[in-house]
Amino acid sequence: MSVAEEQQRIGSAAVPTVAQTLRRGVQLSPELRTGLGVTLLLAVGATGGRVVVPFAVQQTIDRGLMAPTGPDAGAVTGLLAGAAGLVALTAVCAYFVNLRLFRATEGGLATLRIGAFRHVHDLSVLTQNTERRGSLVSRVTSDVDTISNFVQFGGLLLILSALQLTVATVLMLVYSPLLTAVVWACFLPVFALARPMQRAVSTAYGRVRERVGGVLSAVSESVVGASTIRAYAVERRTGERVDAAVESHRVAAVQAQTRVALTFSSGVLVSGLVSVMVVVVGTWRGVGGHLSLGELLAFLFLVQLFTGPVQIGTEVLNELQNAVAGWRRVLAVVDTPADVADPGDAGQALPRGPITVRFDHVSYAYPGGPTVLHDVDLTIAPRSRVAIVGETGSGKTTFAKLLTRLMDPSTGMVLIDEVDLRDVRFSSLRERVVLVPQDGFLFDDTLLANVRFARPDASADEVRLAFTELGLGDWLEGLPRGLETAVGQRGESLSAGERQLVALARAYLADPDLLVLDEATSAVDPATEVRIQRALDGLSRGRTAISIAHRLSTAEAADEVLVVDAGCVVERGPARELVGRGGAYARLHESWVAQRSV
Amino acid sequence: MTDRPYTLRRGVYVLGQGIRRAPRTFAVAVVGSALYGVMTAGTAWALGRVTATVITPAFRAGRLDAGRLAGGAGLMTAVVLLLVAGVILRRVAAGRTVYDLGAIYRRRVTAQYLRLPLSWHGRHPAGQLLSNANADVEATWQVFAPLPMAIGVVVMLVVAAVSMLLADPVLALIGLCVFPVVFVVNVLFQRRMSPRVTLAQQLRADVSDVAHESFEGAMVIKAMGREAGETARFAATAHRLRAANVEVGRTRGVFDPIMEAIPSLGTLAVLAVGASRVASGATSAAEVVQVAYLFALLAFPVRALGWVLGELPRSVVGWDRVDAVLRATGGLAYGDATLDGEGAAAVSLQHVDFAHVDVEGRSVPALTDVTFDVAPGSTTAVVGATGSGKSTITALLVRLVDPDRGAVRIDGVDLREVVEGGVAGAASLVAQQTFLFDDTVRGNITLGDPALDDPDDRRVWAALRLAQADAFVAGLAHGLDTQVGERGTTLSGGQRQRIALARALVRRPRLLVLDDATSAVDPHVEAAILAGLRESGDGTTVVVVAYRKATIALADDVVLIEHGRVIDRGSHADLSQRSAPYRHLVEAYEREAQARADAEAGVPA
Repeated sequence: MSVAEEQQRIGSAAVPTVAQTLRRGVQLSPELRTGLGVTLLLAVGATGGRVVVPFAVQQTIDRGLMAPTGPDAGAVTGLLAGAAGLVALTAVCAYFVNLRLFRATEGGLATLRIGAFRHVHDLSVLTQNTERRGSLVSRVTSDVDTISNFVQFGGLLLILSALQLTVATVLMLVYSPLLTAVVWACFLPVFALARPMQRAVSTAYGRVRERVGGVLSAVSESVVGASTIRAYAVERRTGERVDAAVESHRVAAVQAQTRVALTFSSGVLVSGLVSVMVVVVGTWRGVGGHLSLGELLAFLFLVQLFTGPVQIGTEVLNELQNAVAGWRRVLAVVDTPADVADPGDAGQALPRGPITVRFDHVSYAYPGGPTVLHDVDLTIAPRSRVAIVGETGSGKTTFAKLLTRLMDPSTGMVLIDEVDLRDVRFSSLRERVVLVPQDGFLFDDTLLANVRFARPDASADEVRLAFTELGLGDWLEGLPRGLETAVGQRGESLSAGERQLVALARAYLADPDLLVLDEATSAVDPATEVRIQRALDGLSRGRTAISIAHRLSTAEAADEVLVVDAGCVVERGPARELVGRGGAYARLHESWVAQRSV
Repeated sequence: MTDRPYTLRRGVYVLGQGIRRAPRTFAVAVVGSALYGVMTAGTAWALGRVTATVITPAFRAGRLDAGRLAGGAGLMTAVVLLLVAGVILRRVAAGRTVYDLGAIYRRRVTAQYLRLPLSWHGRHPAGQLLSNANADVEATWQVFAPLPMAIGVVVMLVVAAVSMLLADPVLALIGLCVFPVVFVVNVLFQRRMSPRVTLAQQLRADVSDVAHESFEGAMVIKAMGREAGETARFAATAHRLRAANVEVGRTRGVFDPIMEAIPSLGTLAVLAVGASRVASGATSAAEVVQVAYLFALLAFPVRALGWVLGELPRSVVGWDRVDAVLRATGGLAYGDATLDGEGAAAVSLQHVDFAHVDVEGRSVPALTDVTFDVAPGSTTAVVGATGSGKSTITALLVRLVDPDRGAVRIDGVDLREVVEGGVAGAASLVAQQTFLFDDTVRGNITLGDPALDDPDDRRVWAALRLAQADAFVAGLAHGLDTQVGERGTTLSGGQRQRIALARALVRRPRLLVLDDATSAVDPHVEAAILAGLRESGDGTTVVVVAYRKATIALADDVVLIEHGRVIDRGSHADLSQRSAPYRHLVEAYEREAQARADAEAGVPA
């Protein structure tokens, strides 16, 4: 794969480190940091409250039950009432910690989700096509969800654990520096091994996230391809493909889970062995008279205070790796450069009016692929209707994509009204130049909503008028529910031809100055196509219209025909002149006529 | 989806379903958890024992008995090792249970997707189905991660309760009051939680749905400059999900601290009552301490129980959403007739009515009383305006759908009586909108049929030649092994159509149904395809939806459709002569060319 091609893919940059990921993640979700100080204080309160009960127990026993003067019920009641009050306060603190954390993290993750979603749409068509749709969906859904567990509690626990670890170490030092050294010596290998172990966990989680994307893609195929699968009775084969994706996800998840379990239990193991070491060393020191029995037993309890956060820490670090795996996949989208980018405010807005198009020595090659357009150099006059014809694969569609800036030329410039397309603001460009692709994707909504997609403020009457002006009033009236017809998913309740009619009305309502039709009526019946053609002819006066078609009826109706062959414009002129030239157009025309004249 | 309210009973039912499907791993996890529980107690016991038999004597004697110390250390180490074994066992097995169950249900859900009829798919957006197979399955079984631990806890609770009862029945009973309180709190929690989780899970699916649809339509969105509008649409759903998740968190945020406070308050109650009982001489201080200590020990495990109880509503909601898919019915029924006759098939439609059911459940008539026959080996063209019902006829012919009334027959056999896979074995449809799998060119043509996999790909290449696709496939970087990308994105529309055509032709179907299957192909390529079909088509009956006259003229017979009814039928020549609607439709280009020529002739050059 070439470098250029590599750059176009999502996540082709170097994998960021954990620290980089966290920094970038928090940067993209600033909500994660808001009010963190207060939350942390409350959390210290909520955690500190946990000592209330052990303390109350000890006090009740020492001062109440075992009091030298015999059990003192009054003192006990007062003490316990106070403790109950503290327990309640702790619970209230904990509630506010939870609420604040949920608010901050959900807010942050929503921002991340929306930012990533927007960026997917900002990526060039080419980059979008390098990624499976199901995988893109997982990047804004389940990958983001993966982060939530860690950011909700993990980060906080990590901080609290470090705090507890410090306090425990200080207390242990007070009792016995030697035993403290023993404890730390036992844990050093754990801390040293943490890195490679975390790396292993991280790899495993990364694989899990990837395979979730794979599962979604496989399921998506079995749902979107439902009719083809049934027509060819390949349910079993498709099922096997899905099952394979599901199984490989399961294997990866179990493996990740096993690595997590091993990491966690290494902490448990060392915690247990530390107690043994403390008993052995402590007894030896005690026998030597350096330590009292009470001190040794107290130290053993302090060790518990120390090992608790270590275990919680390993747990949280594992959760962190999971979050980082999800985060990386979301960040990979956000940090993939949008190579056909909107110049934004730096760009120009063009005034409305008839458009002149100029191709200035334009060549185009797909990344890592052969050149598909060679040095195209031409001008299309304003208000003209141009047809581009040529065989499949000759470069017609590339022409349309360059014209509408779905792609940028490899060399040369595409200019409208003498401004390089790359310098035109998208808001202005998309208003003036509209492409109607062959497959007019519709949204799962009504006809009205789909046509209004281009201009959300248009009224129902304007939409109806668009259909009428395109000569499609009869078709619309033939629908029992008219504009309220639900088109179904991807518009599949309508036939392919009907979808094209809606897509055409949608573009027409957008009222652009340059209309680019890429085989936009290929699935429509001839009578309707001719009717649309005539309507467009009448109405496209005043605007520039470029149609790409293999039905030459379109070419015959155009002012001018461009014939593309193997990436070069080989002929140009009105259809009736080209027919007589005996060139490429004449050959196309011959087979067209042969088809008609039966 | 059902809107049945959450009850603990339903939660337990879901747990039962999970245990039934993964009994072994679950049992191992529980054993691990029990080992862990016992060894947790064992740690305290071992430490006590070592203190009594090794440490204290040594301190007292001021002399170290190395053998005894080693023995003590050995005992403690053994307990630690068993404890760690318990942790590993519980964690690994619990993880396996979660992911095994996830995989089992993902497979079952997708098997349903593949089985359910197209009408069902029409009513269920793809993004939602993706969410059912992913997020909902995950939500259902996540509870199995803390469950083994919680079961271990229940065992611990029973042991603790018994030892408390033995120590002081009165104090124990006070302490045991904690359990009904935990139960009541839990019921209240579930009642508040359930609708919130349901909403959140639905919104999760909505987010997935908007993303899926929006990414599928990425090209149109870009071409129309609607990125901002789409982002606003997505943001609205994402913010609804955020708000719903915060509400879930708020409820959880109340529940967790209360669950944590209950054993604490219980301990304090035991101490209060205990103090007065000690004062009245009813019990000893030591026994109060023992009960209070047991209580303090239970605080953490009760939280583990709380995790399971807190997770259960989500499980039930996930289960309901998954179960709705698993329970969906309406798959096509099959008979036992076969269609493996020799040569071209005879086709007949008799009084066929068909109506689509739209998203809101209303029926939209598409075909009314359609009757026609196609003789074996003949070619019939179905002609009609856009939206007249032609594609529906093609779907009926290969039994993608069943007629509401009347019958579709091949060789006189009603397609509803044919065995599963029998229709596809005899008839191939090339749809108007091609769908390619994320696979190689070869895989897209053979679809994994071993009968088509000859070592030198002879049949595949023959089909590609017939579809006029051999030249471009040979020119691809890896030939037949080229990956076409998701939905065939690396190929052009015309190339995709020709691959789809080859997919049908390689099967040498007895009935070939072409639904405007060459619309994106150049005229002369189409002409070559049709000529090839004609030459090799003796064993095949062809039904073709077409607009081009060249295609129609190849047909022996033309069926003219208008608004879902057959309005005329005959040869192309007959219809051209007698049917005005037919001429209007198929001679549109000529009329237009003529009109243009007339206009030009009338205007001086």
